Amino acid sequence: MSDRTTEEDPARARRFRDAALPHLDAVYTLARYLLRNPSDADDAVQECYLRALRHFDTLRSQDVKPWLFAILRNVCRVEYGRRSRILLYDVNAEPDKPENAIPMWREAQDTPETEMLRKLDAETIQGLVAALPDVFREVIVLREIEDMSYREIAEIVSTPVGTVMSRLARGRAMLREAWLKAEFKAGQKAEQKDEQAREREEQLK
Amino acid sequence: MTCEETLLHALVDSELDAGHAREVEGHVASCGRCAAQLRDYRGMHEAMSSAPGARYQAPESLRRRIEAVLPTAIERQPRAIAPGRRSLLKGFAMGSAMSTALAACLVLFVVYTQEDQRIVGDVVSAHLRSLQGNHLIDVQSTDQHTVKPWFNGRLDVAPPVIDLTSQGFTLIGGRLDYIDGRPVAAIVYKRRLHVINLFVSQGVGSERGATMEKLQGFTVWSWAWSDLNFRAVSDINPEELQEFGDKLKAAVRNGGS
Repeated sequence: MSDRTTEEDPARARRFRDAALPHLDAVYTLARYLLRNPSDADDAVQECYLRALRHFDTLRSQDVKPWLFAILRNVCRVEYGRRSRILLYDVNAEPDKPENAIPMWREAQDTPETEMLRKLDAETIQGLVAALPDVFREVIVLREIEDMSYREIAEIVSTPVGTVMSRLARGRAMLREAWLKAEFKAGQKAEQKDEQAREREEQLK
Repeated sequence: MTCEETLLHALVDSELDAGHAREVEGHVASCGRCAAQLRDYRGMHEAMSSAPGARYQAPESLRRRIEAVLPTAIERQPRAIAPGRRSLLKGFAMGSAMSTALAACLVLFVVYTQEDQRIVGDVVSAHLRSLQGNHLIDVQSTDQHTVKPWFNGRLDVAPPVIDLTSQGFTLIGGRLDYIDGRPVAAIVYKRRLHVINLFVSQGVGSERGATMEKLQGFTVWSWAWSDLNFRAVSDINPEELQEFGDKLKAAVRNGGS
Protein backbone atom coordinates (compact mmCIF):
# COMPACT_ATOMS: atom_id res chain seq x y z
CA MET A 1 0.00 0.00 0.00
CA SER A 2 2.51 2.57 1.14
CA ASP A 3 4.52 2.47 -2.06
CA ARG A 4 1.45 3.60 -3.90
CA THR A 5 0.60 6.52 -1.65
CA THR A 6 1.83 9.26 -3.92
CA GLU A 7 0.21 7.71 -6.91
CA GLU A 8 -3.11 7.43 -5.13
CA ASP A 9 -3.04 10.88 -3.56
CA PRO A 10 -6.21 12.17 -5.19
CA ALA A 11 -8.09 9.04 -4.25
CA ARG A 12 -6.78 9.33 -0.74
CA ALA A 13 -7.80 12.97 -0.45
CA ARG A 14 -11.21 12.12 -1.73
CA ARG A 15 -11.55 9.27 0.73
CA PHE A 16 -10.51 11.58 3.50
CA ARG A 17 -12.95 14.26 2.47
CA ASP A 18 -15.82 11.81 2.28
CA ALA A 19 -14.94 10.26 5.62
CA ALA A 20 -14.08 13.36 7.63
CA LEU A 21 -16.15 16.23 6.29
CA PRO A 22 -19.53 14.86 7.39
CA HIS A 23 -18.30 15.26 10.99
CA LEU A 24 -17.47 18.93 10.60
CA ASP A 25 -20.38 20.19 12.71
CA ALA A 26 -19.58 17.72 15.48
CA VAL A 27 -15.90 18.67 15.51
CA TYR A 28 -16.82 22.35 15.44
CA THR A 29 -19.22 21.88 18.34
CA LEU A 30 -16.51 20.29 20.45
CA ALA A 31 -14.11 23.09 19.51
CA ARG A 32 -16.64 25.74 20.53
CA TYR A 33 -17.05 24.14 23.94
CA LEU A 34 -13.35 23.54 24.50
CA LEU A 35 -12.25 27.02 23.48
CA ARG A 36 -15.42 29.03 24.14
CA ASN A 37 -14.65 31.41 21.35
CA PRO A 38 -15.88 31.20 17.75
CA SER A 39 -12.79 32.41 15.93
CA ASP A 40 -10.39 30.22 17.92
CA ALA A 41 -12.74 27.32 17.24
CA ASP A 42 -12.57 28.05 13.51
CA ASP A 43 -8.78 27.97 13.51
CA ALA A 44 -8.54 24.89 15.68
CA VAL A 45 -10.95 22.95 13.48
CA GLN A 46 -9.06 23.86 10.35
CA GLU A 47 -5.77 22.82 11.92
CA CYS A 48 -7.42 19.60 13.10
CA TYR A 49 -8.49 18.70 9.56
CA LEU A 50 -5.05 19.44 8.18
CA ARG A 51 -3.43 17.17 10.72
CA ALA A 52 -6.05 14.52 10.19
CA LEU A 53 -5.37 14.53 6.45
CA ARG A 54 -1.65 14.18 7.07
CA HIS A 55 -2.20 11.23 9.37
CA PHE A 56 -5.11 9.65 7.55
CA ASP A 57 -3.03 6.54 6.92
CA THR A 58 -2.78 5.84 10.63
CA LEU A 59 -6.54 5.47 10.79
CA ARG A 60 -7.31 1.81 10.45
CA SER A 61 -10.71 0.42 11.11
CA GLN A 62 -11.60 2.65 14.03
CA ASP A 63 -14.32 5.25 13.78
CA VAL A 64 -13.44 8.56 12.18
CA LYS A 65 -15.36 10.72 14.63
CA PRO A 66 -13.57 9.87 17.91
CA TRP A 67 -10.30 9.97 16.00
CA LEU A 68 -11.02 13.53 14.84
CA PHE A 69 -12.06 14.50 18.37
CA ALA A 70 -8.76 13.26 19.78
CA ILE A 71 -6.83 15.27 17.20
CA LEU A 72 -8.90 18.36 17.85
CA ARG A 73 -8.39 18.05 21.58
CA ASN A 74 -4.65 17.89 21.08
CA VAL A 75 -4.72 20.94 18.85
CA CYS A 76 -6.73 22.83 21.46
CA ARG A 77 -4.43 21.83 24.29
CA VAL A 78 -1.17 22.51 22.53
CA GLU A 79 -1.97 25.55 20.44
CA TYR A 80 -4.52 27.27 22.57
CA GLY A 81 -3.92 25.82 26.00
CA ARG A 82 -1.98 28.64 27.51
CA ARG A 83 -4.02 31.39 25.96
CA SER A 84 -7.38 29.96 26.87
CA ARG A 85 -6.32 29.30 30.43
CA ILE A 86 -5.45 32.93 30.88
CA LEU A 87 -8.61 34.23 29.34
CA LEU A 88 -10.89 31.50 30.48
CA TYR A 89 -12.76 33.02 33.31
CA ASP A 90 -13.13 36.58 32.18
CA VAL A 91 -13.03 37.89 28.66
CA ASN A 92 -13.95 34.77 26.78
CA ALA A 93 -16.87 33.52 28.72
CA GLU A 94 -19.95 34.39 26.71
CA PRO A 95 -19.95 38.16 27.17
CA ASP A 96 -23.65 38.43 26.55
CA LYS A 97 -24.42 36.26 29.54
CA PRO A 98 -22.11 37.48 32.30
CA GLU A 99 -23.71 35.27 34.92
CA ASN A 100 -22.34 32.24 33.12
CA ALA A 101 -18.80 33.26 33.84
CA ILE A 102 -19.31 32.67 37.53
CA PRO A 103 -19.70 29.08 38.59
CA MET A 104 -23.19 28.92 39.92
CA TRP A 105 -23.28 25.52 41.46
CA ARG A 106 -22.50 24.31 44.87
CA GLU A 107 -21.42 20.79 45.67
CA ALA A 108 -24.31 18.47 44.99
CA GLN A 109 -26.69 18.88 47.82
CA ASP A 110 -29.87 16.98 47.92
CA THR A 111 -32.52 18.46 45.76
CA PRO A 112 -35.56 16.53 46.81
CA GLU A 113 -37.61 14.61 44.34
CA THR A 114 -40.38 17.12 43.88
CA GLU A 115 -40.28 18.41 40.35
CA MET A 116 -39.03 17.35 36.98
CA LEU A 117 -36.28 19.30 35.35
CA ARG A 118 -37.72 21.68 32.91
CA LYS A 119 -36.50 21.88 29.36
CA LEU A 120 -34.25 24.83 28.79
CA ASP A 121 -33.65 26.47 25.46
CA ALA A 122 -30.52 25.51 23.53
CA GLU A 123 -28.78 28.78 24.20
CA THR A 124 -29.20 28.51 27.95
CA ILE A 125 -27.93 24.93 27.90
CA GLN A 126 -24.90 26.02 25.90
CA GLY A 127 -24.17 28.67 28.49
CA LEU A 128 -24.48 26.24 31.39
CA VAL A 129 -22.19 23.68 29.79
CA ALA A 130 -19.69 26.36 28.82
CA ALA A 131 -19.50 27.43 32.44
CA LEU A 132 -18.30 24.03 33.64
CA PRO A 133 -14.58 23.69 34.46
CA ASP A 134 -12.42 22.19 31.68
CA VAL A 135 -12.08 18.59 32.82
CA PHE A 136 -15.79 18.19 33.44
CA ARG A 137 -16.90 20.17 30.42
CA GLU A 138 -15.09 17.99 27.92
CA VAL A 139 -16.51 14.71 29.19
CA ILE A 140 -19.99 16.21 29.42
CA VAL A 141 -19.81 17.44 25.82
CA LEU A 142 -18.39 14.16 24.52
CA ARG A 143 -21.03 12.09 26.29
CA GLU A 144 -24.18 14.20 26.20
CA ILE A 145 -23.80 16.05 22.95
CA GLU A 146 -21.43 13.97 20.84
CA ASP A 147 -22.75 10.61 22.06
CA MET A 148 -19.38 8.98 22.66
CA SER A 149 -19.17 5.81 24.75
CA TYR A 150 -17.14 5.70 27.99
CA ARG A 151 -14.41 3.77 26.21
CA GLU A 152 -14.25 6.27 23.37
CA ILE A 153 -14.12 9.20 25.79
CA ALA A 154 -11.34 7.49 27.73
CA GLU A 155 -9.35 7.18 24.52
CA ILE A 156 -10.01 10.73 23.40
CA VAL A 157 -8.96 12.34 26.68
CA SER A 158 -6.38 9.59 27.33
CA THR A 159 -7.48 8.74 30.82
CA PRO A 160 -8.83 5.53 32.40
CA VAL A 161 -12.51 4.73 32.05
CA GLY A 162 -12.92 4.99 35.82
CA THR A 163 -11.76 8.60 35.73
CA VAL A 164 -14.15 9.34 32.90
CA MET A 165 -16.98 7.94 35.00
CA SER A 166 -16.16 9.97 38.07
CA ARG A 167 -15.69 13.17 36.06
CA LEU A 168 -18.97 12.57 34.34
CA ALA A 169 -20.74 12.02 37.66
CA ARG A 170 -19.25 15.18 39.11
CA GLY A 171 -19.88 17.21 35.98
CA ARG A 172 -23.49 16.12 35.77
CA ALA A 173 -24.07 16.94 39.42
CA MET A 174 -22.72 20.44 38.81
CA LEU A 175 -24.76 20.83 35.68
CA ARG A 176 -27.90 19.69 37.44
CA GLU A 177 -27.45 22.29 40.13
CA ALA A 178 -26.88 25.00 37.54
CA TRP A 179 -29.82 23.73 35.53
CA LEU A 180 -32.17 23.97 38.47
CA LYS A 181 -30.98 27.49 39.16
CA ALA A 182 -31.43 28.49 35.56
CA GLU A 183 -34.97 27.30 35.82
CA PHE A 184 -35.54 29.58 38.72
CA LYS A 185 -34.22 32.40 36.66
CA ALA A 186 -36.45 31.44 33.80
CA GLY A 187 -39.09 32.64 36.16
CA GLN A 188 -41.69 30.01 35.40
CA LYS A 189 -43.79 29.50 38.46
CA ALA A 190 -41.15 31.51 40.20
CA GLU A 191 -43.03 32.28 43.36
CA GLN A 192 -44.30 28.80 43.86
CA LYS A 193 -40.83 27.40 43.44
CA ASP A 194 -39.32 29.90 45.80
CA GLU A 195 -41.75 28.85 48.42
CA GLN A 196 -40.87 25.23 47.91
CA ALA A 197 -37.21 26.07 48.17
CA ARG A 198 -37.77 27.83 51.46
CA GLU A 199 -39.75 24.90 52.76
CA ARG A 200 -36.95 22.59 51.76
CA GLU A 201 -34.37 24.64 53.55
CA GLU A 202 -36.48 24.64 56.66
CA GLN A 203 -36.90 20.92 56.46
CA LEU A 204 -33.19 20.50 56.16
CA LYS A 205 -32.47 22.58 59.24
CA MET B 1 -27.13 -2.11 47.47
CA THR B 2 -26.27 1.45 48.46
CA CYS B 3 -26.35 4.68 46.50
CA GLU B 4 -23.56 4.32 43.97
CA GLU B 5 -23.43 7.42 41.84
CA THR B 6 -21.25 6.26 38.99
CA LEU B 7 -23.52 3.26 38.47
CA LEU B 8 -26.48 5.57 38.19
CA HIS B 9 -24.71 7.39 35.39
CA ALA B 10 -23.70 4.16 33.72
CA LEU B 11 -27.38 3.25 33.71
CA VAL B 12 -28.31 6.56 32.03
CA ASP B 13 -25.59 5.94 29.45
CA SER B 14 -26.54 2.32 28.74
CA GLU B 15 -23.09 1.20 29.77
CA LEU B 16 -24.26 -1.54 32.15
CA ASP B 17 -24.86 -5.15 31.27
CA ALA B 18 -28.35 -6.49 31.87
CA GLY B 19 -27.55 -7.95 35.29
CA HIS B 20 -26.08 -4.78 36.73
CA ALA B 21 -28.76 -2.65 35.12
CA ARG B 22 -31.44 -4.68 36.89
CA GLU B 23 -29.59 -4.33 40.16
CA VAL B 24 -29.32 -0.56 39.89
CA GLU B 25 -32.91 -0.23 38.78
CA GLY B 26 -33.94 -2.29 41.78
CA HIS B 27 -32.11 0.09 44.07
CA VAL B 28 -33.54 3.17 42.36
CA ALA B 29 -37.05 1.85 42.84
CA SER B 30 -36.54 1.94 46.59
CA CYS B 31 -34.48 5.13 46.90
CA GLY B 32 -36.20 8.45 46.30
CA ARG B 33 -32.96 10.37 46.12
CA CYS B 34 -31.47 8.20 43.40
CA ALA B 35 -34.79 8.10 41.55
CA ALA B 36 -34.86 11.90 41.40
CA GLN B 37 -31.28 12.06 40.20
CA LEU B 38 -31.84 9.40 37.59
CA ARG B 39 -34.89 11.23 36.29
CA ASP B 40 -33.03 14.54 36.11
CA TYR B 41 -29.93 13.07 34.49
CA ARG B 42 -32.05 11.37 31.90
CA GLY B 43 -33.91 14.59 31.25
CA MET B 44 -30.66 16.48 30.84
CA HIS B 45 -29.24 13.84 28.56
CA GLU B 46 -32.32 13.94 26.39
CA ALA B 47 -32.33 17.73 26.19
CA MET B 48 -28.69 17.84 25.19
CA SER B 49 -28.54 14.90 22.82
CA SER B 50 -31.68 15.63 20.86
CA ALA B 51 -30.98 17.66 17.75
CA PRO B 52 -30.29 20.51 17.52
CA GLY B 53 -29.98 20.57 21.30
CA ALA B 54 -26.79 22.23 22.33
CA ARG B 55 -24.92 21.74 19.07
CA TYR B 56 -23.23 24.39 17.04
CA GLN B 57 -23.14 24.54 13.29
CA ALA B 58 -19.84 25.07 11.53
CA PRO B 59 -19.85 28.32 9.57
CA GLU B 60 -19.97 27.93 5.80
CA SER B 61 -16.74 29.91 5.48
CA LEU B 62 -14.92 27.31 7.56
CA ARG B 63 -16.28 24.46 5.48
CA ARG B 64 -15.12 26.18 2.30
CA ARG B 65 -11.70 26.89 3.77
CA ILE B 66 -11.20 23.24 4.64
CA GLU B 67 -12.44 22.03 1.28
CA ALA B 68 -10.06 24.42 -0.43
CA VAL B 69 -7.12 22.97 1.46
CA LEU B 70 -7.80 19.46 0.23
CA PRO B 71 -6.00 18.62 -3.00
CA THR B 72 -8.30 19.57 -5.81
CA ALA B 73 -7.03 17.14 -8.40
CA ILE B 74 -9.67 14.64 -7.49
CA GLU B 75 -10.43 12.70 -10.59
CA ARG B 76 -11.43 9.25 -11.41
CA GLN B 77 -8.38 7.04 -11.54
CA PRO B 78 -8.10 3.95 -13.70
CA ARG B 79 -7.51 0.99 -11.49
CA ALA B 80 -4.72 -1.46 -12.11
CA ILE B 81 -5.98 -4.98 -12.42
CA ALA B 82 -4.23 -7.20 -9.91
CA PRO B 83 -3.83 -10.59 -11.51
CA GLY B 84 -4.26 -14.01 -10.17
CA ARG B 85 -4.51 -13.64 -6.42
CA ARG B 86 -8.06 -14.70 -6.41
CA SER B 87 -7.52 -17.87 -8.42
CA LEU B 88 -4.60 -18.69 -6.18
CA LEU B 89 -6.92 -18.50 -3.22
CA LYS B 90 -9.43 -20.73 -4.90
CA GLY B 91 -6.86 -23.41 -5.67
CA PHE B 92 -5.67 -23.22 -2.13
CA ALA B 93 -9.14 -23.63 -0.74
CA MET B 94 -9.91 -26.62 -2.94
CA GLY B 95 -6.72 -28.37 -1.94
CA SER B 96 -7.56 -27.86 1.67
CA ALA B 97 -11.04 -29.23 1.22
CA MET B 98 -9.55 -32.55 0.24
CA SER B 99 -7.54 -32.82 3.41
CA THR B 100 -9.23 -33.10 6.76
CA ALA B 101 -12.14 -30.86 7.50
CA LEU B 102 -10.42 -29.24 10.44
CA ALA B 103 -7.34 -28.29 8.50
CA ALA B 104 -9.49 -26.92 5.74
CA CYS B 105 -11.39 -24.68 8.12
CA LEU B 106 -8.21 -23.44 9.71
CA VAL B 107 -6.50 -22.56 6.46
CA LEU B 108 -9.58 -20.98 5.00
CA PHE B 109 -10.05 -18.91 8.09
CA VAL B 110 -6.51 -17.56 8.14
CA VAL B 111 -6.39 -16.80 4.45
CA TYR B 112 -9.82 -15.33 4.50
CA THR B 113 -9.31 -12.73 7.21
CA GLN B 114 -6.30 -11.16 5.51
CA GLU B 115 -7.94 -11.31 2.16
CA ASP B 116 -11.14 -9.92 3.60
CA GLN B 117 -9.57 -6.85 5.16
CA ARG B 118 -8.16 -5.84 1.81
CA ILE B 119 -11.41 -6.49 0.01
CA VAL B 120 -13.40 -4.42 2.51
CA GLY B 121 -11.04 -1.54 1.72
CA ASP B 122 -11.60 -2.18 -1.96
CA VAL B 123 -15.36 -2.19 -1.50
CA VAL B 124 -15.27 1.19 0.24
CA SER B 125 -13.05 2.63 -2.51
CA ALA B 126 -15.39 1.35 -5.19
CA HIS B 127 -18.33 2.85 -3.33
CA LEU B 128 -16.62 6.24 -3.10
CA ARG B 129 -15.62 6.06 -6.76
CA SER B 130 -19.21 5.41 -7.72
CA LEU B 131 -20.36 8.55 -5.92
CA GLN B 132 -17.91 10.73 -7.78
CA GLY B 133 -18.71 12.13 -11.15
CA ASN B 134 -21.43 10.41 -13.09
CA HIS B 135 -20.63 6.76 -13.02
CA LEU B 136 -23.04 5.44 -10.44
CA ILE B 137 -25.05 3.38 -12.89
CA ASP B 138 -24.60 1.91 -16.37
CA VAL B 139 -28.13 0.63 -16.65
CA GLN B 140 -30.69 2.84 -15.06
CA SER B 141 -33.89 1.11 -14.17
CA THR B 142 -36.12 0.40 -11.24
CA ASP B 143 -37.16 -2.81 -12.93
CA GLN B 144 -35.22 -5.88 -11.82
CA HIS B 145 -36.06 -7.61 -15.10
CA THR B 146 -34.21 -4.89 -16.98
CA VAL B 147 -31.22 -4.78 -14.69
CA LYS B 148 -30.64 -8.53 -14.45
CA PRO B 149 -30.36 -9.34 -18.18
CA TRP B 150 -28.02 -6.38 -18.63
CA PHE B 151 -25.31 -8.29 -16.76
CA ASN B 152 -25.57 -11.27 -19.13
CA GLY B 153 -22.33 -11.77 -20.99
CA ARG B 154 -20.61 -9.08 -19.01
CA LEU B 155 -19.83 -11.30 -16.03
CA ASP B 156 -19.11 -14.91 -15.22
CA VAL B 157 -21.92 -14.90 -12.68
CA ALA B 158 -25.63 -14.23 -12.95
CA PRO B 159 -26.29 -11.98 -9.99
CA PRO B 160 -29.74 -12.09 -8.46
CA VAL B 161 -31.29 -8.64 -8.78
CA ILE B 162 -33.78 -8.20 -6.00
CA ASP B 163 -36.34 -5.44 -5.94
CA LEU B 164 -36.65 -4.18 -2.38
CA THR B 165 -38.54 -1.01 -3.23
CA SER B 166 -41.63 -2.09 -1.34
CA GLN B 167 -39.42 -2.67 1.69
CA GLY B 168 -37.91 0.79 1.73
CA PHE B 169 -34.84 0.27 -0.45
CA THR B 170 -35.36 1.56 -3.97
CA LEU B 171 -33.60 -0.24 -6.80
CA ILE B 172 -32.18 2.40 -9.11
CA GLY B 173 -29.93 0.43 -11.45
CA GLY B 174 -26.73 -1.48 -11.95
CA ARG B 175 -23.23 -1.16 -13.31
CA LEU B 176 -20.06 -3.09 -13.79
CA ASP B 177 -17.32 -2.44 -11.25
CA TYR B 178 -14.05 -3.94 -10.12
CA ILE B 179 -13.28 -5.39 -6.71
CA ASP B 180 -9.99 -7.07 -6.07
CA GLY B 181 -9.13 -6.66 -9.73
CA ARG B 182 -12.09 -8.68 -10.93
CA PRO B 183 -15.27 -7.50 -12.61
CA VAL B 184 -18.28 -7.64 -10.30
CA ALA B 185 -21.91 -6.72 -10.54
CA ALA B 186 -22.79 -3.54 -8.68
CA ILE B 187 -26.48 -3.23 -7.96
CA VAL B 188 -27.46 0.19 -6.74
CA TYR B 189 -30.17 0.97 -4.22
CA LYS B 190 -31.27 4.13 -2.53
CA ARG B 191 -32.52 4.68 0.97
CA ARG B 192 -33.78 8.25 1.23
CA LEU B 193 -30.80 10.19 -0.15
CA HIS B 194 -28.22 7.53 0.66
CA VAL B 195 -26.76 5.23 -1.94
CA ILE B 196 -26.23 1.56 -1.19
CA ASN B 197 -23.88 -0.32 -3.49
CA LEU B 198 -24.38 -4.06 -3.48
CA PHE B 199 -21.47 -5.92 -5.05
CA VAL B 200 -22.07 -9.47 -6.18
CA SER B 201 -19.18 -11.67 -7.24
CA GLN B 202 -18.34 -15.31 -7.60
CA GLY B 203 -17.48 -17.01 -4.32
CA VAL B 204 -15.86 -20.22 -3.25
CA GLY B 205 -19.10 -22.09 -2.79
CA SER B 206 -19.48 -22.14 0.96
CA GLU B 207 -21.94 -20.20 3.04
CA ARG B 208 -20.61 -17.60 5.44
CA GLY B 209 -22.75 -15.85 7.98
CA ALA B 210 -23.29 -12.14 7.49
CA THR B 211 -20.72 -9.82 9.04
CA MET B 212 -20.55 -6.07 9.43
CA GLU B 213 -17.45 -3.95 9.42
CA LYS B 214 -16.84 -0.25 9.69
CA LEU B 215 -14.22 1.52 7.67
CA GLN B 216 -13.71 5.28 7.34
CA GLY B 217 -17.25 5.96 8.40
CA PHE B 218 -18.82 3.50 6.01
CA THR B 219 -20.39 0.22 6.90
CA VAL B 220 -19.74 -2.88 4.87
CA TRP B 221 -22.05 -5.86 5.15
CA SER B 222 -20.71 -9.16 3.80
CA TRP B 223 -22.40 -12.45 3.22
CA ALA B 224 -21.64 -15.52 1.15
CA TRP B 225 -24.26 -17.90 -0.08
CA SER B 226 -24.16 -20.74 -2.54
CA ASP B 227 -21.37 -19.67 -4.91
CA LEU B 228 -21.94 -15.94 -4.59
CA ASN B 229 -20.37 -13.26 -2.42
CA PHE B 230 -22.53 -10.30 -1.45
CA ARG B 231 -21.09 -7.08 -0.11
CA ALA B 232 -23.22 -4.06 0.60
CA VAL B 233 -21.67 -0.72 1.46
CA SER B 234 -23.22 2.58 2.46
CA ASP B 235 -23.09 5.51 4.80
CA ILE B 236 -26.54 4.84 6.22
CA ASN B 237 -26.50 3.80 9.83
CA PRO B 238 -25.46 0.21 10.51
CA GLU B 239 -28.92 -0.80 11.73
CA GLU B 240 -30.44 0.14 8.42
CA LEU B 241 -27.75 -1.64 6.44
CA GLN B 242 -28.35 -4.69 8.61
CA GLU B 243 -32.02 -4.43 7.76
CA PHE B 244 -31.15 -4.20 4.08
CA GLY B 245 -28.93 -7.28 4.43
CA ASP B 246 -31.60 -9.27 6.22
CA LYS B 247 -34.19 -8.50 3.57
CA LEU B 248 -31.80 -9.29 0.78
CA LYS B 249 -30.82 -12.58 2.39
CA ALA B 250 -34.42 -13.64 2.80
CA ALA B 251 -35.20 -12.78 -0.82
CA VAL B 252 -32.10 -14.52 -2.22
CA ARG B 253 -32.82 -17.63 -0.19
CA ASN B 254 -36.37 -17.68 -1.48
CA GLY B 255 -34.98 -17.77 -4.98
CA GLY B 256 -36.14 -14.28 -5.94
CA SER B 257 -34.35 -12.79 -8.86
